[in-house]
Parts: sequence; C-alpha cells; structure tokens
Amino acid sequence: MTAPNHNWRQFKDVLMRVITFACAILVVTPLVLVFYHLLKEGFTSINWAFFTQLPKPVGEIGGGMANAIAGTFILLGEAALIGVPIGVLGGVYLSEYGGSKLNWWIRFAADILNGVPSITWGIVVYGLLVAPHLPGFSALAGGVVLGLMMIPLVMRTTEEVLQLVPAGYREASLALGIAKWRTIVQIVIRTALKGIVTGVLLALARVAGETAPLMFTAFGNLGWARKLTEPIAALPLQIFEYAKSPYDDWRRQAWAGALVLLLLVLAINIGVRFLTRDRFKAKI
Amino acid sequence: MADNQNNSAALTVKNLSVYFGKNEAVKNVSLDIAARAVTAIIGPSGCGKSTFLRAINRMHELNPDARMEGEIKLFGDDIYSKNVQPVVVRRRVGMVFQKSNPFPTMSINENVTVGLRLNGIRDKKILSERTEQSLRMAALWDEVKDRLSAPAISLSGGQQQRLCIARALAVQPEVLLMDEPASALDPLATSKIEDLILTLKKDYTIVIVTHNMQQAARASDFTAFFYMGELVEFGPTTKIFTSPANKRTEDYVTGRFG
Amino acid sequence: MSRTKSAFLPLFVLLIFRREKKFDCMATTKMTTATGQFGDRAFKWLTLAMAFAVFVLIALIGYELASGSHLAMQKFGWRFLISSDWDPVNDIYGALPVIFGTVVSSLIALIIAVPISVATAVYLTELAPLWLRQPLIMFIELLAAIPSVILGFWGLSVMVPWLHAHLFPAMRGTLGFLPLFKGPDYGPCILAAGMILAIMIVPIITSVSREILRSVPGLQREAAYALGATRWEVTRIAVLSYAKKGIFGAVILGLGRALGETMAVTLVIGNIAQIVPSLFSPGATLASTIANEFTEATGDLYYSALFELGLVLLGVTLVVNIFAQLLLKTFAGPSVKPQN
Ligand SMILES: Nc1ncnc2c1ncn2[C@@H]1O[C@H](COP(=O)(O)OP(=O)(O)OP(=O)(O)O)[C@@H](O)[C@H]1O
Ligand SMILES: [Mg+2]
Repeated sequence: MTAPNHNWRQFKDVLMRVITFACAILVVTPLVLVFYHLLKEGFTSINWAFFTQLPKPVGEIGGGMANAIAGTFILLGEAALIGVPIGVLGGVYLSEYGGSKLNWWIRFAADILNGVPSITWGIVVYGLLVAPHLPGFSALAGGVVLGLMMIPLVMRTTEEVLQLVPAGYREASLALGIAKWRTIVQIVIRTALKGIVTGVLLALARVAGETAPLMFTAFGNLGWARKLTEPIAALPLQIFEYAKSPYDDWRRQAWAGALVLLLLVLAINIGVRFLTRDRFKAKI
Repeated sequence: MADNQNNSAALTVKNLSVYFGKNEAVKNVSLDIAARAVTAIIGPSGCGKSTFLRAINRMHELNPDARMEGEIKLFGDDIYSKNVQPVVVRRRVGMVFQKSNPFPTMSINENVTVGLRLNGIRDKKILSERTEQSLRMAALWDEVKDRLSAPAISLSGGQQQRLCIARALAVQPEVLLMDEPASALDPLATSKIEDLILTLKKDYTIVIVTHNMQQAARASDFTAFFYMGELVEFGPTTKIFTSPANKRTEDYVTGRFG
Repeated sequence: MSRTKSAFLPLFVLLIFRREKKFDCMATTKMTTATGQFGDRAFKWLTLAMAFAVFVLIALIGYELASGSHLAMQKFGWRFLISSDWDPVNDIYGALPVIFGTVVSSLIALIIAVPISVATAVYLTELAPLWLRQPLIMFIELLAAIPSVILGFWGLSVMVPWLHAHLFPAMRGTLGFLPLFKGPDYGPCILAAGMILAIMIVPIITSVSREILRSVPGLQREAAYALGATRWEVTRIAVLSYAKKGIFGAVILGLGRALGETMAVTLVIGNIAQIVPSLFSPGATLASTIANEFTEATGDLYYSALFELGLVLLGVTLVVNIFAQLLLKTFAGPSVKPQN
C-alpha cells in the first residue's frame, strides 16, 4: 500500500535537507573566514604599544590606536546619554500608554528610522551641527549621531521586553492604589530591567561599529581630543583610514584594530546572550 | 481494501503508553477498534484522548519530547515496525482536527486534491473525479460545485471543516481519526458532521474524540472512556451509556463530573 | 511556575514599596491621589514626548537633506537624476551612474542572498535536527553583528584577491560570452561589492524569514503531515506557500539594507562613477560616493550635489523599507520584529 512514487518522494526529502544544510553552511562560512583572517593577521600585530600609543606619521613604524580606542568609548558614552533616556521612555510610552493607532504610527516610524542608512545620519548631523559650526567636527557631533541612531533601536527593544512583563504585575500594583507612573517605574521597569539593559547593550554594540556617520561628525584625530568640541578618533574610523592605505604597517594596524573592534562587539553580543539565556530559551 | 473485515478489528492496540518527557499521558492501553464502525473516545479534558489518537497515525512523533511504548497494528501491519515510515502510516490513517485547517493559499479544489498530487497523481480526469467524490462524501459538493477554484478560506467555518474531511477522504485512507471535529461549530453544522459520520462508516473505520455525550451516543457504535491516561471502560456504546460496568464511567456519562 | 509567582505578586509589590517607605500613610490619601494624578499626567506626557522623537527625527532628516540639496536642485532640476556625468572637476553632477551602481550591486546581492537565506531559514525552522538549530542561529546573529567596515576590509584584503585569482577567471571561462563577464578584471569591482553586500544581508533575510516561518501555525503543518506528506512536502505545501508574503517582506527589507550599505561597499567597489556593462569593472553607489567624496568636497555645489545623493538614497530606502514593513505587518501583525 505504498504510493508508487514513494522512493522519489523520500529522495527529494533527503535532497532538500542536504541542499538547505549546504546553504546554512555557506551562510556561516564568511563568519568563520573573517574570524580566521582577523585572528591570523590581527593577533600578531597586537602588542602593548597598540593599546598605549598614538598613531605614528607615515613612514614611521609602530604606534598604536590608544586614542581611537578611548575615543570609541567616549562616543559610546555620549551616545548612551542621548539614546538611552529617549529610547527607554519612548518604549515605555509604546508599551504602557497610547492608543493603538498612534502607537502603530510611532512603531512604524521607529522601524523606518531603523532602516535609514547610516551614511544618511552622518550627513544629517553634519548639516545640523557641523556645517553651522555648532561646534563643527567634534566628539559632540559624533556622540549625537550615534545617540540618535540608538533611539529607535532602544525604543523598540524596550517596548518588547516591557510587554513580556505579565499584566498581573501591573494589576496587582494598581489594585494596591499605587499610581500608574510609580507602578511603571518601580514594578514594570524594575522587572524588565535586565531585558532593557540587554537591548541597550546590543544597540551600543551596533553603533560601536558604525563608521560612515562618524566620518562627517567625529572626523577622526591623530592625537588626543582634549575637549568634546574637538574632532575625536574612533576605532572604526581609524580602521577605515588604515584599510585604504597602501602602507603595510598601517594595514597591519588595521587588522589589529579590526580584531579589537570585533572582539568588543562580539563580546557584548555573546555576553548579553549569556545574561539572558533563560529568557531566550523560554522564547524558543 | 478492508473487504470482508466487517467484524474484525481495523486497529489492534496493545499495551500502548505514550510519554511526554517523564509525564505518562497514555498508560498501558489495549483495545481493538472495529473496522467500518465508529468508535468514540470520551473522557475529561487532559485524560489523553488526543494523545492516544495521535499515536495511531504517529503524529505524536512531531513532538520531540514524545515517546511511545507498546504495539499498534493496522489490519495486521505493525505501524511502528522499523521498516514502516510514518509517511506511509499517515497516508493510510487520515486525520481531521478540532480547528479546521484548510490550506489558505489553495483553492477548494486544490485543497481536496493536494494529497493525491503528493502521491504523484496528475491525471486531470482522476483528480476531478476524486474531488467530486470526496466532496460528495463530505456533504459539501452541492454547496461548492460552482466555485471549486475559489479560495478555501472563503468558506464558512462549518464548510471549511467539511472541506478538511473531504481532503482527508480524497487519499482514500483506511481509517479516519477525528479529534473533536465539531467542537468549534454551531449546532446546525455539528449535526451535518454527525450525519456525515454515519454515512462514512459504510466505507471507513472512524475514531472520533468528543466531549459531547449526545454526539457519542448518537454517532458511535463503540465507546472508550479514558480517565487520567488510562482506559477505564470500552464496549458497545449502548452498554457504556445505559449500563456501564464502572462507577466512574457512569458518573462521567451522566454528567456528574468532568 | 508562573502561577506560583503570580500568587505572591501582591506580596512582592508590597515588599518593594515597603522598602521605599513612601507608601505608608492612610491619612494623606487625598494628597497622594492628587500628586499621583499630577505625576501620572506628567510622566505620560514625558514618555509621549520621547516617543515623538521618532517623528521629529524623520522630519529632521527630511528637512536637512532637502535644504542641503537645495542648490543642486536649483541648478540641475530633474536632470540630476537622468544625467550620466558625475564630474566634480567641472562642477557638473548627474546621479545616474551612482544610481546605476547602487541598483546593480544590490541586485547582485539579492540574486546571491535570497535563495541561500530562504533555504537556510527553512533548514533552521523545518528540517535541521534540533540540537543544531541554536548554534547555527547564534552564528548567524554574530555574522549580523560584524561591523561593516571590518567586513569591507576583509573583502578588500582577502576576498577580492581570491576572486581575481580563482572565481573570476572561471566565470570568464564559462560565462565570458556575456558582456556582463567581459573586460579586464583587476582590483575592486561591482561584482565584488555585490558579493560583500550579499554576505551582509544574508543574516537579516534569514532571521526575518525564520521569524515568519516560525509564525506559521502548527495546525497548517499538521494538516499536511496527516495527509502523509514528507517533511519537505509539508514545508512546501503548508509552510512556504503560507509564508510567501512575509518572506517577500524579508527580502525587501534586505534590499533596503543593501541599498544603503556604505563602508563595506566603499572599500571594494572602486569608486568610479560610470555606467558599463561589465561587472568586473569598478563602480560607485550613492552611499559610497558620499562616503568617499564628502570630506574632500570643495565648493557649495559639490556639497549640495552630495546632499542630493543622500536625499535620493533616503527616498529610495524609505520607499523600500515602508513597503517591507507593510508586507511584514500585514503578514503577521506587529509581532514580527523588524531587524536591521
Ligand atoms: N505537547 C505536549 N507536551 C507535553 N505534554 C503534553 C503535550 N500534549 C499533551 N500533553 C499532556 O498529555 C496529557 C494528555 O493530553 P491530551 O491532549 O491527550 O488530552 P485530551 O484528553 O485530548 O484533552 P482535551 O479534551 O482537553 O483535548 C495531558 O496531561 C497533557 O498535559
Ligand atoms: Mg484533545
């Protein structure tokens, strides 16, 4: 009582498994290759000087990216100052207040903003702050552009984790006569804090690697930036400059910088995954 | 197929246990399901009716935590034997679900013939014959014959459920499993499905899970009462409903618990 | 577990407030409600204002780009879009070559990435053994996290030389009769850009498609299984046809990303604004041209033309992204998470 085409069907089933498996392997191959080359080229180039010294002028061997590494962290700090409060509070609105219609539009706008190319953000902030010299190419402008890019990211993830907080928590608190805003701040946000932090860290990891928006704002700097109104170096910018260059020593440093940046970004990504392992398991 | 097996068993279930992880959902159940008859499975919610049913066409294997022990024979063939593939079992044992689930991207016509087409039947004439035959058996033909290429989801809930029955019938299974097929339907649609079951049993072996005692009493020849995963009582429907041997069965069918 | 949790909830809430030591006085009930009401209203307006930031940002982006490109619009009008001269030396700007490069490189990326991504998503949700799914998903998420400048640098130093040594000669040998694969190949080119873009959009298309496939109701699969379908047949008749629209949305989302991708492309495309049939020749995209020329631009018109490229880029990605979002939202409601 088997169908006549039974063997053919079984064969097709196996064939499709093999083909789709091959595709999955093909997808992860670049990751493995990028990692392999970064480790191979970058590891030998990383030394103490890389973390402690400033870039050397063309022709001189050695030097490091100390200012770029510091610059990236400074920019991320500024970005967090702008992106986190606006993003989190906006996410609170989306999850806790608002009619469905307005919220649909806010969500839609946030999703659209997430799709705006990063280079576009760069020229917008250039036009907004740099061109009119308020304050020109500067750490401030660089922080602003990264912060603005974080807003829609943080907003959406915050909303999502807040909605995972069971309605019972809110009701229990409101039933005790506690004002809604205090319920939100002290029950809802507190319960979802881990998730919110996760979202913020992932958004930071995402903007940490951004290069295009920084080119016209932070601009880059071969030395230290003494004030926030001066141009500042950043790891991705420095990698880009060195990557384009024809000098072996600079390219060597670009590998090292790329390795450090990738490790930073991946460390956040993997760390966050460990932090939220249970939640993710429950979701899958 | 099942000629002159009128009195013999279509399915022989021996010492069947089904586990979800450590939880034993069906406990050591043995029973014979008669061919060309309707067997109803009743019992309180969570007692393992659906699990039992799904073990019969190996649908429980879709759940990676599920595991079975025991033996089920379909007209003498061990459906869990090593060289039998679940695909073949499911081809012989059709299933209708509680919530109707026509393929929404397909037309009425395509829904009915999808099983046949999977089996490599391409002949237009055979396909259209089988469509008409199955839709007639499912008492849907007159309502849809003029719009066979309309999308399946344009039908009403009751019609969709009958379409699903037609879809299952089209591949001419030997056994038809129905898991609360009418529980999401209004009384009129429900009675249509019940009439349908009574006509179908001339050609098919039917196992139906139901929460509706009247339905079980009206439509079935045999009834099995499950409780907490165990088969408490099994026998002709008239006996189960009029003079059950077990106190719990009596309590359940008279509505005293459950 | 969650049930026991919720039983203790009021207790939990009380404990938190006990610690705050602010919530204790019955005598001031009236006062607290009054301040509570004020606090509620203030907090609501505060969060609303923050949520409105998204609209402000969209308006800001539109305004800055429009005002920045004012000069070029005045000078060139619609000719800007159809003129094929991008000639900074003579201060003449036409966007066609860079639009061409953008479209072609994104198309190459889609042609490569779509089948692979959809197949991978299918493998991950339907066909792969369970133990393999989680690790593969994590790898793909990590791939998505690689900064584009790193991928571009890797492309420039590893992939492009490899392509010239191995893949391109082979393509020339087999497909060389097509004008697409004729002409000299050295250094960066449009095809390499398309390939890097493919690597970059694969994770998005895969993970959004995966969400879509996961949202296909289990009942659909069961219906197909119950007919005796094999796993692949279930995927084909019950899952893929159900999810078609959503997967299309995922693809369009990937396209939006490819169109606007900057750094990786800048490093491997060669940055020569030209319209040529050969994929082995260098090109330029909207984003790569801005990235490459903005800081070196001299003169207001040049700046303005670059702003106008940004405006065109924004327009195109906006249309594409809106289309994608609408597809995804109508497919599965707001639960399908957009990823970028
Ligand atoms: N997918 C599953 N994973 C784990 N346990 C399950 C699963 N499905 C069912 N069970 C367990 O198996 C037992 C029997 O469930 P089953 O669905 O067979 O009950 P039922 O009699 O069909 O109930 P109902 O009348 O509500 O449909 C229950 O205890 C249930 O918790
Ligand atoms: Mg059930």
